[in-house]
Amino acid sequence: MLTALLTLGLLAALIGLLLGYSAIRFRVESDPVVEQIDALLPQTQCGQCTYAGCRPYAEAIAAGEADINQCPPGGDSTIQALADLLGQDPKPLNPEHGEHKEKTVVVIDEQVCIGCTLCIQACPVDAILGAPKQMHTVIRDECTGCDLCIPPCPVECIHVVPVETKIDNWIWPVPRADRPAQSTSVTARAVDST
Amino acid sequence: MLVLPLLQHIGEVAECLVTPGERVLKGQMIAAPRGDVSAPVHASSSGTVVAIEPRPYPHPSGLPAPAIIIETDGKDEWLDSEHGLANYHEIEAARLLDHIRQSGIVGLGGAGFPTQVKLGSSVYHNIELLVINGAECEPYLSCDNRLMQERAAEILEGVRILQHLLKPDNCIIALENHMGAAREAMQVAVDNTADRAINLVSVPDIYPSGGERQLIRILTGKEVPSQGFPADIGILCQNVGTATAIYQAVVHNRPLVSRIVTVTGAGVKQPCNLEALIGTPFLDMITACGGYADRVDRLLMGGPMMGFAVNTDNVPVIKTTNCILAVTRDEMPPPPPEQPCIRCSKCTDVCPADLLPQQLFWHARSGNLDAAQDYNLFDCIECGCCAYVCPSHIPLVQYYRHSKAEIWTRDRQKQASDIARRRHDARKARLERIKQERAERLARKKQQLGSSEDTAENTRKAAIQAALERVRRKKAQTEIAPKNVDNLTAEQQQRIHEVDERRQQSGKDPEQ
Repeated sequence: MLTALLTLGLLAALIGLLLGYSAIRFRVESDPVVEQIDALLPQTQCGQCTYAGCRPYAEAIAAGEADINQCPPGGDSTIQALADLLGQDPKPLNPEHGEHKEKTVVVIDEQVCIGCTLCIQACPVDAILGAPKQMHTVIRDECTGCDLCIPPCPVECIHVVPVETKIDNWIWPVPRADRPAQSTSVTARAVDST
Repeated sequence: MLVLPLLQHIGEVAECLVTPGERVLKGQMIAAPRGDVSAPVHASSSGTVVAIEPRPYPHPSGLPAPAIIIETDGKDEWLDSEHGLANYHEIEAARLLDHIRQSGIVGLGGAGFPTQVKLGSSVYHNIELLVINGAECEPYLSCDNRLMQERAAEILEGVRILQHLLKPDNCIIALENHMGAAREAMQVAVDNTADRAINLVSVPDIYPSGGERQLIRILTGKEVPSQGFPADIGILCQNVGTATAIYQAVVHNRPLVSRIVTVTGAGVKQPCNLEALIGTPFLDMITACGGYADRVDRLLMGGPMMGFAVNTDNVPVIKTTNCILAVTRDEMPPPPPEQPCIRCSKCTDVCPADLLPQQLFWHARSGNLDAAQDYNLFDCIECGCCAYVCPSHIPLVQYYRHSKAEIWTRDRQKQASDIARRRHDARKARLERIKQERAERLARKKQQLGSSEDTAENTRKAAIQAALERVRRKKAQTEIAPKNVDNLTAEQQQRIHEVDERRQQSGKDPEQ
């Protein structure tokens, strides 16, 4: 009886020490949940969720302060991914924060730009290039479409344009039941003799 | 007129080297490769560059792509360049590979993967078997067959160059059972080389035996690993057309400016194989074959199974154009409407990649991309066999293509958001740094001011004092005495007195 108690006690103490040691030795620096949530957010940094960026929103979700349906740029797919990660039920996007739109980018009308740098200061990802009293331009590939540069512009020279469909980002359309089905590859297009 | 798109291969778009108005010669590089996986574009005839602009492009989307347009002068004048590397036996692999890259050679079977990249990654693998693919990719096509009949010696010379590069133990030239004439021609060429390591093998003419993975399985019984390359199992596969292009590039220093194209279908009057300059519009090809037949319905690039319809015959022949197919409605009727899947599993029976098309279909249709990937969606070669046998006429391949594109888009978005995150973090860090630096500077200044507020006043006073002192000393040194103060007459004395008085008065009462 005593031996058994001693053995178990010793074992418990040993394992406890091991666990305690590994808790210190293999400590994870930051909250891994925040990282995981942040990885699912679209990184638009638009602030439509009422937080100052994607990471603060991720922290708020992790802390239970924010709901998972506050990200309009991410839309339903982000909500679904967050729901899967956090084990919650997906819910529709909260319309208070805006509605999901196709990705857009902004362009600066270079004829009108006065070089005030206000948009440069507003851009969360440094996607606008320019200097005081010099023409500004948007680096299109880096623009996240957050539209934060539009309100500060004093001459309204920033316009929203949809992302152009080119050969490299074109997607095969889904076959639809209401259309006559198409064979493996052949789409019904008439030959246009020119 | 030739239209040469900047993207005719898999990989990065080539970078244009010419400007409108410039005269170019046949074989001159007009667009340079950008990045590792890329290929240059060469002028396929001599003439003048008239424009560089988006033009119709053979792609299922029907979207235009940037191209260089050359107005030919009819002289077809070659660029006068140094001789080729006929002594390739003595040249090291790296130089030969670079030469192949500069010659703009891509896989001519239809995929268009830059050949130098494929060879380059294989040079470091131990390649045991070199497979030269002479089996056509699809029904209707006969360009490889024709090439083997007419240019067997060139193909063999290309094979010798590949052998020199890769040092394989064996080499198989694969052709289909029905290609009797091609086999004879190739046999003669093989006998001429007297190389016992080169063998001719016929494979059954069943679609899709011409696919790289399928051909390797038929020939060796080995399976290329999922998501892997044939080089992983010591095999390298090259098309016969590519072998000829390598021969032309290495021995004659002729870059890839033309290819054999099958022009066929019931919609063409005289179907035939043509050697076409890259950039020739489809219409010119059709015209060369006697023009359209009466009841032509659609124009396709590629074969009937994997090809796609183009919406205009203004599109040019590009490096991956193996076939131009003009079909009539009887030949290829529009498919009947899609019916629900009845789970007959015919698609599974015919899948050459041993996938489960039915499962892929369910997941693709419901947008469950991860599950589709778990069922090895990316091993699908889009051969179209499953859709062909489907009794419910489900356009299965289109579902797979859509899902693949969705997955690529998702990956691209993920990459873009990672970049955005990094840029946002970098910006935050920079703003923080600037703020901190400003705070530090302010603190330093404040400290300077705060500790010596009265000292500053003192120094100023001391400076004034010093200046006064300097003036006084200077005055004393010079000793200049006013000249008109002594020996004055009484009258003068009187006037001075008056002035003094007046001054005193005004000084007393300055208001007046």
